[in-house]
Amino acid sequence: MKKLLMSAAALALAVGISTSTVSAADKLKACWIYVGAIGDFGWTHQHNEGRLAVEKELGDKVQTIFVENVAEADSERAIERLARDGCAIIFTTSFGFMEPTLKVAKKFPDVKFEHATGFKTADNVTTYNAKFHEGRYVIGQIAAKMSKTGTAGYIVSFPIPEVVAGINAFMLGAQSVNPDFKVKIVWANTWYDPGKEADAAKVLFSQGADIIVQHTDSTAALQVAEEQGKHGFGQASDMIKFAPNAQYTAIVDNWRPYYIRRVNDVLNGTWKSQASWDGMKEGTVSIAPFTNLPDDVVKMANETIEGIKSGKLNPFTGPITKQDGSVVGEAGKPLADGDILGMNWYVKGIDDKLPQ
Amino acid sequence: MDAWFAVLLTIVTAATPLLLAATGELVAERSGVLNLGVEGMMVMGAVAAFGAALLSGNPYLGIIAAILAGMAMALLFGFLTLTLVSNQVATGLSLTLLGLGLSGLLGESFVGEPGVRLPKWLGIDMLIPVSFILTAAVAHVLFRTKAGLVIRAVGDSHNSAHALGYSVIAVRYACVLFGGACAGLAGGYLSLVYTPQWIENMTAGRGWIALALVVFASWLPWRVVVGAYLFGAISIFSFIVQTRAWNVPPQFLNSLPYLGTILALVVISANRRLSRSNAPASLGQPFVPDR
Repeated sequence: MKKLLMSAAALALAVGISTSTVSAADKLKACWIYVGAIGDFGWTHQHNEGRLAVEKELGDKVQTIFVENVAEADSERAIERLARDGCAIIFTTSFGFMEPTLKVAKKFPDVKFEHATGFKTADNVTTYNAKFHEGRYVIGQIAAKMSKTGTAGYIVSFPIPEVVAGINAFMLGAQSVNPDFKVKIVWANTWYDPGKEADAAKVLFSQGADIIVQHTDSTAALQVAEEQGKHGFGQASDMIKFAPNAQYTAIVDNWRPYYIRRVNDVLNGTWKSQASWDGMKEGTVSIAPFTNLPDDVVKMANETIEGIKSGKLNPFTGPITKQDGSVVGEAGKPLADGDILGMNWYVKGIDDKLPQ
Repeated sequence: MDAWFAVLLTIVTAATPLLLAATGELVAERSGVLNLGVEGMMVMGAVAAFGAALLSGNPYLGIIAAILAGMAMALLFGFLTLTLVSNQVATGLSLTLLGLGLSGLLGESFVGEPGVRLPKWLGIDMLIPVSFILTAAVAHVLFRTKAGLVIRAVGDSHNSAHALGYSVIAVRYACVLFGGACAGLAGGYLSLVYTPQWIENMTAGRGWIALALVVFASWLPWRVVVGAYLFGAISIFSFIVQTRAWNVPPQFLNSLPYLGTILALVVISANRRLSRSNAPASLGQPFVPDR
């Protein structure tokens, strides 16, 4: 049975490869590997919007190819397949693709690889990420202002640094408003299962949370909030249509400028390996319009956003007390990038035990 | 609302799609046809329900569309495996792949559209009582009527049933179509009630769990109810434990529904009375009538 399922997965992979324009030999091939479906209206959807922007901007010079629904465990084959098919640049858009990307990159030194949210680079492997935690600090402040029970529910996928940093930034933002703010954390162990995300939201609401935050990809949790008259925040895309009365705002990923810039670099021969980490300032992380919020809260949030954009405010400014009581960071100075990109500890005030 | 009542409702919503799909598959398997395409029929039901409800504004039309879409997929499966006598396992797997791909294509323009929710009846989702009525009806028909006897005869020994003058192929077509209707309905429940939206792959493996539940239930309808609710309850329980910060590793909690299912299977097979095999003897075997 397992063997059958695996061959089914292989077949799905072969079927899933789709080229968006007619093949032309002189066009540069830019390729994307997605962990989810482009129709997820979340993480993968936003990466695909970036791909479409590349096509629109550089369409006469570039041909784009994407493979969706690539399981992390099975990704090496998919990446290698694209490299063999003549892709000049390959974007691998999930943390779990890190090792497979590096492995394939070794075999194809002339192909440029770009791995999203990882921390390992090579001569032909760049990492790129966005400072989503900046957005999470803002929504943490809003949650602490708006919550009546003083408790938020937080649905998360996997204990990787990006997710942990998100939880910490949310909590630091909330504590800056209400030092006693509580968060209940549920690990769904999936990026994408609408039913499970909805169940987690229902359980969190029944256990005393009145605001839902998610680091999973579907709109399901917000819909539960809408149905129960509670509130929450959109993730990756603006989800206001699904929760017109429940959504306060959303952290929106905008990869368009980055993708256009990098593909252009390949065209111009100026592509270099780097570790790129853009945030609100560059527009990669943007905040959807505020809704269902009183004016003073909107004002506070806008001031925070301005502070982050101008560099005056950094969510991870030392000293920060960890859950175990130890202190990191120098007073008044932000944590080093590496500390955030490899974050594997909780800040004080979180009751959950971080799964390792 | 009382917190524990809310939790109970969550368990019911999690269990209902599994119960619907598994009950349909149980009937198909009782007639001797193993249809591994439940996931594909379910996801097609989900996209059809969402599309029909969105375009017409009427969620009840969505339910009808879900049933029809599931049946259409089942008809294709039936034509391939019963009429053309293709391999049931391979065809079922292809049906799942076809459903996942086709639904993604058909649903492309529905992504990001808020759907229409199926109205509640007397405060509960109508498909919840429907799922119980359906199970009761299936249990009654299978074990208390002549039609049920014929279905089980076809599933246990198609040659004998054929020799007695029953049309094995016609009975199997009917059962496969019924299975498709139930899987489609389960999909409709997902996109109209559980999470009223359309996104690709929104079934997220529930079709496979439904298939496993049929084996878990040793092909007995009421045990499917037990299995579906046990599975739902353990899933929700693992979330509740997490919110209590009892420091149980969440990876372990998330594997509990599967561990629980395996444990239950072990208990069942260790008990002589419970383990009396109900597996249809002709399950998965093609039938070619000799003239």
